[in-house]
Amino acid sequence: MNPSVRTMADWAARGESPEVLFWVGCAGSFDDRARRVTKAFVKILQAAGVTFGVLGTEETCTGDPARRAGNEFLFQMQAMNNIQVLNGYKVKTILTTCPHCFNTLKNEYPELGGHYEVMHHAEYLQQLIDNGKVRLADGNPYKGRKITFHDSCYLGRANGIYEAPRKVLSALDADLVEMKRCRTTGLCCGAGGAQMFKEPEKGSKDINIARTEEALATSASTVAVACPFCMTMMSDGVKNKEKEHAVHVQDIAELIAEALAENH
Amino acid sequence: MIERILFVAVLGIAVYLIRKRVMQISSNIRIGKAQALQPSPQRWRNVLLVAFGQSKMFKRPIPAVLHFIIYAGFLIINLEVLEFVLDGLLGTHRLFAPYLGALYPVLMNFFELLAVGVLTACVVFLIRRNVVRLPRFQSPELTKWPRLDANIILLTEIVLMLAILKMNAADQILQSRNSHYTPTGSLFFSGLLIPFYKGFSTSFLVFVERACWWFHIIGILAFAVYVTYSKHLHIFLAFPNTYFARTAPVGQLTNMPVVTREVKSMLGLPPDSDVPPGEAGRFGAKDINDLSRHVLLSAYSCTECGRCTSECPANQTGKKLSPRKIMMDVRDRMEDVGSQLAAGKPGLDDGKSLLNDYITREEINACTSCNACVEACPVLINPLDVIIELRRYVAMEESGSPAAWNMMFQNIETNFAPWKFPASDRAAWTQG
Repeated sequence: MNPSVRTMADWAARGESPEVLFWVGCAGSFDDRARRVTKAFVKILQAAGVTFGVLGTEETCTGDPARRAGNEFLFQMQAMNNIQVLNGYKVKTILTTCPHCFNTLKNEYPELGGHYEVMHHAEYLQQLIDNGKVRLADGNPYKGRKITFHDSCYLGRANGIYEAPRKVLSALDADLVEMKRCRTTGLCCGAGGAQMFKEPEKGSKDINIARTEEALATSASTVAVACPFCMTMMSDGVKNKEKEHAVHVQDIAELIAEALAENH
Repeated sequence: MIERILFVAVLGIAVYLIRKRVMQISSNIRIGKAQALQPSPQRWRNVLLVAFGQSKMFKRPIPAVLHFIIYAGFLIINLEVLEFVLDGLLGTHRLFAPYLGALYPVLMNFFELLAVGVLTACVVFLIRRNVVRLPRFQSPELTKWPRLDANIILLTEIVLMLAILKMNAADQILQSRNSHYTPTGSLFFSGLLIPFYKGFSTSFLVFVERACWWFHIIGILAFAVYVTYSKHLHIFLAFPNTYFARTAPVGQLTNMPVVTREVKSMLGLPPDSDVPPGEAGRFGAKDINDLSRHVLLSAYSCTECGRCTSECPANQTGKKLSPRKIMMDVRDRMEDVGSQLAAGKPGLDDGKSLLNDYITREEINACTSCNACVEACPVLINPLDVIIELRRYVAMEESGSPAAWNMMFQNIETNFAPWKFPASDRAAWTQG
């Protein structure tokens, strides 16, 4: 294993504990595109001097898609096992780059005995930028570029986090443009509620295409997302519209990682 | 005297019919599961801001302002109805006028202003529904009856307001001809109608005034009875519904303590002390008796405005799912079961169920749980609650989820991830 990323077991073996646990999530661990987000976020944490651990192979699905698809048994099995592991390491603060993991860990684990301070990376990045731990290069590549932010349902409506990702993007000095429907009325990418794992029901259009059309209508060259599922859906949408060369779908962590000042 | 006896009889019939219907609705709601209520200061705040203050309506300003006028008119004009009822019972005429003195004409003018406002708002609403044909009033779940229901409500309100104005116009002319008619001072809006009535004989005007009075009071009582059969019940139920609405973050699904108990025992963990042991019952919901009473109450609180459906991503992209239809189906099922039980018929065991016969799997499978419907509802109804409960039944009682979901479940069970990747590769990203 890359020595720069330590597991909680490594930390425990040294008799130490990191400031935070980075909950990578299944998409962040296995999906090629989402892995790049994971690495970008790790780069930022390291630049900011935050000590963190991951669970590595001890991490398992939070159970979110099982719960939303109705399989409460499977969800609770996953939750109980994860809580035992997390409590075993006496975890206090969890960071995650996935709003679904975030929502489940933050809102649904407490009832089952898992009490942690859980932060989505949008909130955490905003904190790092606000308190000067993350500094951006003067000539960052996104200065003045048109960026639109796609609200993910589990960050926005589910948890009321609308401003943190926008503040992170505003640190880039970019030209932030809003889609017609944003914040509380933001249109879903189509992947939530376990839709990610099945074909959509019969209809006249796929939801991600409808949302991509709204994003393209802003004529932004970057569609910023804060969720691995939104990433997949919006990237597929942009490809479907054959705009993948002109419009890039990127996670807010990737944008910040690219714009980091040299002197970190 | 005959008028007074007649009035008491009419009032009595209305009270009897309303009471009967309220008992029916209450026993229909009691078909649902009782649940403990988490105390929270948020509840009264919701009643005040969301129900009383209509805060969520103002996301769409035009209907919000029009609706607010009707709502304010309803609340305030009811003060005048109190005078109507007392006049009817005591055989008096404008009972409050001597007590209020100079204030009375001011109040009457204000009521008339509201009446004109309500009338205008209702006309605009009728136009929006029937001429402009706003998309959210054209959905397939708005079949003949829901559309007729909406138009009956609007027309009734228009006619009732017209009756007030006509009655006041006739009354003002009679004030100058007969001392029985308490002076009200000049009333602006009804005053506009005076030239029209001026030429008629006193006896005809007495008839108009009495006819409008009776029409208005019988109209209001009949409307009150009608409301209990209609989507218009939201005027009362919005208040308790916002009180009982869940106060947890909307992303948090309701926990199933029976499952927690079983999972804990499977894992050899000590059980929670606060969960009483007993039969697990049915997992999730197949029919209305599996839903909570609050969900059933919220179905009666729905006024079919369709804000939920117009925000639903699945509905907008042509899928069958409509959150409004979900709530309408819950209410229709309650009504069907309730009226069967009242007639000594089988009720819940009639061979039908909410799932399959009212709501199809295709509908519930289309939901992205994005909470747009929940966010949109002006009275805090949560259609997602119903969808998840139905999915739970399908997944846990029938193992009948879509094949791709069953595959996802299997992947989580064996690889601890929803995709078929070996669990040992979870940390592979750290390698490169």
